Amino acid sequence: MTAVQLQAEILSVQRVGEYLQFTVVAPEIADGFQPGHFVAVAVGGAQSSMILRRAFALSGATPSDRFAGTVQFVVAAHGPGTQWLVGRTAGELLDIVGPLGNPFPTPSGATRAVLVGGGYGSAPLLPLAQVLLDNGSEVEFVLGAATAARLFGELAAKRMVGRVTVTTDDGSAGEKGLVTDVLPEAIERSSAEIVYACGPMAMLQAVGDIAGKHAIRAQVAVEESMACGIGVCMTCVLPVRAADGTSRFVRSCVDGPVFDALNVRWRDVGRLPGDLLGADAMGGH
Amino acid sequence: MATMSTRLATVTLPNPVLTASGCAAAGRELHQFFDVSQLGAVVTKSIMPRARSGRATPRMAETPSGMLNSIGLQGPGIESFIANDLAWLAEQGARAVVSIAGTHTDDYVLLARKLAGHPAVAMLEVNISCPNVESRGQVFACDAIASSRVIGAVRRAADPAQPVFAKLSPDVTDIVHIARACADAGADGFSLINTLLGIVIDTDTLAPALGGVSGGLSGPAIRPVAVRCVWQVHQAFPHLPILGMGGIRTGLDALQFILAGASAVSVGTAVFGDPSAPVRVLAELEAALDERGLASVRDAVGLAQRNQRARVSA
Ligand SMILES: Cc1cc2nc3c(=O)[nH]c(=O)nc-3n(C[C@H](O)[C@H](O)[C@H](O)COP(=O)(O)OP(=O)(O)OC[C@H]3O[C@@H](n4cnc5c(N)ncnc54)[C@H](O)[C@@H]3O)c2cc1C
Ligand SMILES: Cc1cc2nc3c(=O)[nH]c(=O)nc-3n(C[C@H](O)[C@H](O)[C@H](O)COP(=O)(O)O)c2cc1C
Ligand code: FES
Repeated sequence: MTAVQLQAEILSVQRVGEYLQFTVVAPEIADGFQPGHFVAVAVGGAQSSMILRRAFALSGATPSDRFAGTVQFVVAAHGPGTQWLVGRTAGELLDIVGPLGNPFPTPSGATRAVLVGGGYGSAPLLPLAQVLLDNGSEVEFVLGAATAARLFGELAAKRMVGRVTVTTDDGSAGEKGLVTDVLPEAIERSSAEIVYACGPMAMLQAVGDIAGKHAIRAQVAVEESMACGIGVCMTCVLPVRAADGTSRFVRSCVDGPVFDALNVRWRDVGRLPGDLLGADAMGGH
Repeated sequence: MATMSTRLATVTLPNPVLTASGCAAAGRELHQFFDVSQLGAVVTKSIMPRARSGRATPRMAETPSGMLNSIGLQGPGIESFIANDLAWLAEQGARAVVSIAGTHTDDYVLLARKLAGHPAVAMLEVNISCPNVESRGQVFACDAIASSRVIGAVRRAADPAQPVFAKLSPDVTDIVHIARACADAGADGFSLINTLLGIVIDTDTLAPALGGVSGGLSGPAIRPVAVRCVWQVHQAFPHLPILGMGGIRTGLDALQFILAGASAVSVGTAVFGDPSAPVRVLAELEAALDERGLASVRDAVGLAQRNQRARVSA
């Protein structure tokens, strides 16, 4: 998949709980979209002192037909860049690069899947659910967040699939607790063959562990700090085990952001494990 | 239209805009945004003899008009680099400036030998902003003797047809002093500048933001420092070519470096915000030369220094 850089007009900005959902005109990105792809958005305008792009998972795309194709993403206001972004309105232009990253792998035939979203992490899971349903799969959702206002996609999920379990840390919506409290039951009840997840790193690790205990795979989309998003800077690396048993620092922007949870060395994130390829050459610095 | 070709020692490049080491990998990822053979050359990520993991994350912190990085020279090692990256650049018809790095003088010598005679290698850029294991980890580029030893050894080991450029650190008291040591050791030119060391503290975790504690500052924030270094080194060694870099984001930024004395420029951090920045900077530079009635890049190199002398003597 090749990425393009374009000036995308904002078609609409909708408030969803604590988030804003942007729909922007980006035909070249929409036409190549697959669930799991993300975009990198420039922030602060042409003279911005914020020199790096911000990454957002695509929550949907409408390919071009009579109208130019559009893509959607969800923004949580966080630091200065996302604060700037949530101040944008329809009609303004955004400088966007995409589609980036590897999409979620999906089986060619029908499967039974549980999709686990933490906070805005449910965004890329909505279009994924559609792809799975289209190939005849059975899908159920587990959506969690700190509070009810930080849930995303609950209504859309309910419109698509029969079973949506919601958890919040404070009990303001659904069951009080974490997604991982209800996940084992969801896997067992649906005889799931695969789990897909997107959300905070600690959640992804726990989801991976639970899937492992049920002897099924978990495909998870990670969120690592990124400077370039296109594979040239090496800031976004994670320690990942390859099929041959060798572990390396791999770029989450171009080799991810979707990984098989089994291959990510979660406990070594933020560390330099001694058995990593090339760790022995780090003596100097 | 201004003549854009430029010379770096014995090498003639079709234009003076290059990528910066570590900011373009080996060009492959940028090729989806523009044809990398259109650039003066692709400067590749510093390569070392063996595979290196790089440092633990977090490796990056954004700062006002800049960023800190502590990648720690992650790379596949020279054999894989030649077999994959250099071969790919050759296939594209792109010119490569290969950046080499080491922790011992012997590392640099080995790398220069391995790259000798390779048709895609236009020249070598010697990244001496690395800790010297033989000198208790002091950075080569901060020590005139260590710098001269490495540059001399590389110049003797390298293919005579490949110019050897010393890439200097701005984190020194007198950059001209280090440049002189490199020039005396046989450097064919200079790459100016590498990043400046900095630290960011995360006020939420109350600890350093980077896994490696300190990192290299790059981006527009360092541009005036870089232009000053180019000015000083060009003034001291007007006959040695300079590849200038540090915060170049537009054609006018590039023009500042050329007017100060650079014969070519590298666009680094700007690529992260704008993947087509190198070709955009090239087009803007060409337009800026035309608007100013400058017939060629060559005419513009060091022009601000000549204008300054004329102003003082007038
Ligand atoms: C693949 C991917 C998908 C993402 N999807 C979404 C999404 O759908 N919705 C959403 O709201 N957010 C998403 N994020 C997180 C979003 O990119 C960050 O919240 C945002 O970059 C923070 O920018 P800031 O200006 O608010 O913060 P600042 O702290 O000012 O950012 C400074 C720098 O750090 C980087 N950074 C800071 N926090 C993060 C983070 N959590 N992840 C990655 N980079 C970070 C920024 O890119 C920037 O370069 C995603 C991140 C990645 C990597
Ligand atoms: C992420 C990153 C990685 C870098 N890696 C290298 C490297 O491997 N070797 C090197 O000589 N310089 C490296 N540099 C320094 C750049 O080549 C350049 O000298 C510096 O960033 C200033 O230019 P800029 O402001 O245009 O980026 C790196 C810079 C960045 C931001
Ligand atoms: S963010 Fe630059 S390599 Fe992944």
